[in-house]
Amino acid sequence: MLINQFLLLGAVLFCIGVYGVLARRNGVLVLMSIELILNSVNINLIAFGHLWGSESAVNAQVFALFIIAVAAAEVGVGLAIILLIYRNRTSVAFDEVDMMKG
Amino acid sequence: MVAQNVAFGILAAASVLAALRLVTTKNVVHAALYLVVVLASVGAIYVLLFAEFVAVVQLLVYVGAVVVLFLFGIMLTKAQIGRDTDVDNDQRGVAAVTALFFLGVLSYALIDFFGTDKLPEQQVSEAVLTAERGTRAVGDSIFSTYLVPFEALGVLLTAALVGAIVLARRD
Repeated sequence: MLINQFLLLGAVLFCIGVYGVLARRNGVLVLMSIELILNSVNINLIAFGHLWGSESAVNAQVFALFIIAVAAAEVGVGLAIILLIYRNRTSVAFDEVDMMKG
Repeated sequence: MVAQNVAFGILAAASVLAALRLVTTKNVVHAALYLVVVLASVGAIYVLLFAEFVAVVQLLVYVGAVVVLFLFGIMLTKAQIGRDTDVDNDQRGVAAVTALFFLGVLSYALIDFFGTDKLPEQQVSEAVLTAERGTRAVGDSIFSTYLVPFEALGVLLTAALVGAIVLARRD
């Protein structure tokens, strides 16, 4: 198998995630797109780890596990923030959250 | 090798199609379910790269916990069940151009640099591979080299949990 198969898959998923972050206005959907981006990064890490021998494979897997754990924490806090926005404004549309705009 | 390539093709197609539907569907609950497909396919791709432990953790944490959290978020923000006309903003065109441009640059760089480099073929036996980069090796690494970051991660998770509860609870 080519290394580029995995790297290009990661790139495609990353760009779909970027599109989702930019084009969605529902906060929960934006968070889902961020998960997509984090997953593509994990594919890259594990593919590169596999490319460069056993030691780097183990290191890459540990890094991927750390990313998964941090992503879980991020989703928890992110959803709490979105819930708070919903409670204050009865809407989760991110383009309506513009109180900081002059 | 052929079987692995076929498996990769199926998994890559499934994950890309589900990801495209995830960012285009009008139905918020369907988006969460498409996320399950993407995450499960990515988990299977980890298996192709001999990272079984990460694959299992991916299924447990993402499909088991994060997607349930998302469904709770959808429920608590009372998103419309069924088609919702209001999930996209008006910069879809710009977003698509940005994403495609980015994809072009990334693929050009990757193809230019890695070309047709191959992943290492499996010269060593399955047993050696398992011993060197299997779950046991990952566990050893976490609890020796990466012990301090691991403990910091525990503190981070606790802080995030407490923070989420403090933010979300009703006074």
